[in-house]
Amino acid sequence: MVTKISVKSLSVSFGEAYSLKDVNIDIEARRILTVIGPANSGKTTFLRTLNRLNDLEDSVSVTGRILLDGQDIYHRDYDANLLRKKVGIIFALPVPLPATVFENVVYGPRRQGVRDRKKLASIAEEALKDAYLWDEMKDRLDEQAMKLSGGQQQRLCIARTLAVGPEVILFDEPCSALDPISTGKIEEAMSELKQRYTIVLVTNNTKQAARVGDKTAFFLMGELVEIGETGGLFTSPQDKRTDDYLSGRFG
Amino acid sequence: MTPKLTQRIAFSALFLITAAVIVPVLTVIVIIIREGAPAMTWEFLTQMPRSGMRAGGILPAIVGTFYLVLGAVLFALPLGLFAAIYMSEYSKDNWLTRLIRLAIINLAGVPSVVFGLFGLALFVGFFKFGASIFSGALTLGVMILPVIITSSREALGAVPKSFREVSISLGATKLQTIKYAVLPHALPGILTGTILGIGRAAGETAPILFTVAAFYLPRLPESVFDQVMALPYHLYVLSTQVPNVDAKVRYGTALVLLAIVLLMNLVAILIRSYYRSRKKW
Repeated sequence: MVTKISVKSLSVSFGEAYSLKDVNIDIEARRILTVIGPANSGKTTFLRTLNRLNDLEDSVSVTGRILLDGQDIYHRDYDANLLRKKVGIIFALPVPLPATVFENVVYGPRRQGVRDRKKLASIAEEALKDAYLWDEMKDRLDEQAMKLSGGQQQRLCIARTLAVGPEVILFDEPCSALDPISTGKIEEAMSELKQRYTIVLVTNNTKQAARVGDKTAFFLMGELVEIGETGGLFTSPQDKRTDDYLSGRFG
Repeated sequence: MTPKLTQRIAFSALFLITAAVIVPVLTVIVIIIREGAPAMTWEFLTQMPRSGMRAGGILPAIVGTFYLVLGAVLFALPLGLFAAIYMSEYSKDNWLTRLIRLAIINLAGVPSVVFGLFGLALFVGFFKFGASIFSGALTLGVMILPVIITSSREALGAVPKSFREVSISLGATKLQTIKYAVLPHALPGILTGTILGIGRAAGETAPILFTVAAFYLPRLPESVFDQVMALPYHLYVLSTQVPNVDAKVRYGTALVLLAIVLLMNLVAILIRSYYRSRKKW
């Protein structure tokens, strides 16, 4: 297994409060790492640290190292914009920008300076196909993205992220606002996408973690309690707290 | 008292209060239109004043006000917008920025005559632009700057944070994010501030009194360093400084001023409603 991202003694705090304490994880390339844990366990903070989205907050402080392909992404000379092209993120609530479906998908490429209409069209088509949305959208590219259903919007967000050409995709509870059928489509897309991308999925739904995860990490109150192959972790958790959480005794 | 009755009374009270606000405004407008309409001739709008401003037209004042408002907006809109962008998107929230925000809001409440004196000291005196369209427009611009900054900052702040996150997460730089994911959605609010600014700039007398307005100058300006007549000041002159002016000339001038403000606002309102129709979140 090739390690794509290596997280070494990562601690994150907002002002006084610690959100993550001394987390060490190796994220393997072209596999799905699912991150589970109760509310306030730091899993979303962990995810947003991987593409430095927490930088947008004023009070954040990050210690430790995160190596992407061996390079420290928190190093002073590391270009955060370049990082975010390599590490895309899908948010819990789909956030289509108030523009057409097409303009949403090509938002990233346009900002990189791609102007050629044909090139943009082919990028959009490929991204929408990979997000399992092309068949529904190919005749509706000029419609307002806000008019799509929730599930379509979330797949549009996935397509928009894919269009940037990332290597890693972070999913932050992507199905929390979706119905089971839409959830199924997103999971299908994820399982397909891991052939080419490294995926980290934060989810509140342990069943979803069991369905799509290759590896699973359990967070509790900012600490990584346990990480292992998904099958193993779910059938025979090593830590009692993991066992309690998975069997629904707290959380 | 039943909740239903309470509700009825509350609604009636609210309606009456609303009416109490609207009726006087409507009355003023009706009076101005009724008294001013007879003066509305082609001659009145397109000719120079004659016989000590008691006859002829008010063209130089119309042109003067138009230039002054245009100049004020051209100066204050970009400056105010960039200041608002910096304050909303870049500056950190600490005591200094809070103090600056407070100061700007307070500036909006400073009496316009103070801005007039400021313009006289800075633009007319210090920079030696003289009493000119340039000085007057800058003074009016400074006066409407706080309104434009405050409303623009609020409009920018009302754009969902998630738009910024999405844009940044797609690899866009901060500047690109502001340009493509924030600013277009803040435009309606920014234009609201501009509309308020236009109204104020067109109607104020005090700021132009010392910096540009001519008492009687029956010719059109040839450069931005010329003095001009302006409608609000002309109206003041007609009403208090010139004896025996026909009432319809005064009301006619007021009507033209009203119409110009409305017309300028209309343009901004049309642009705003176009952008609002595309706002769907």
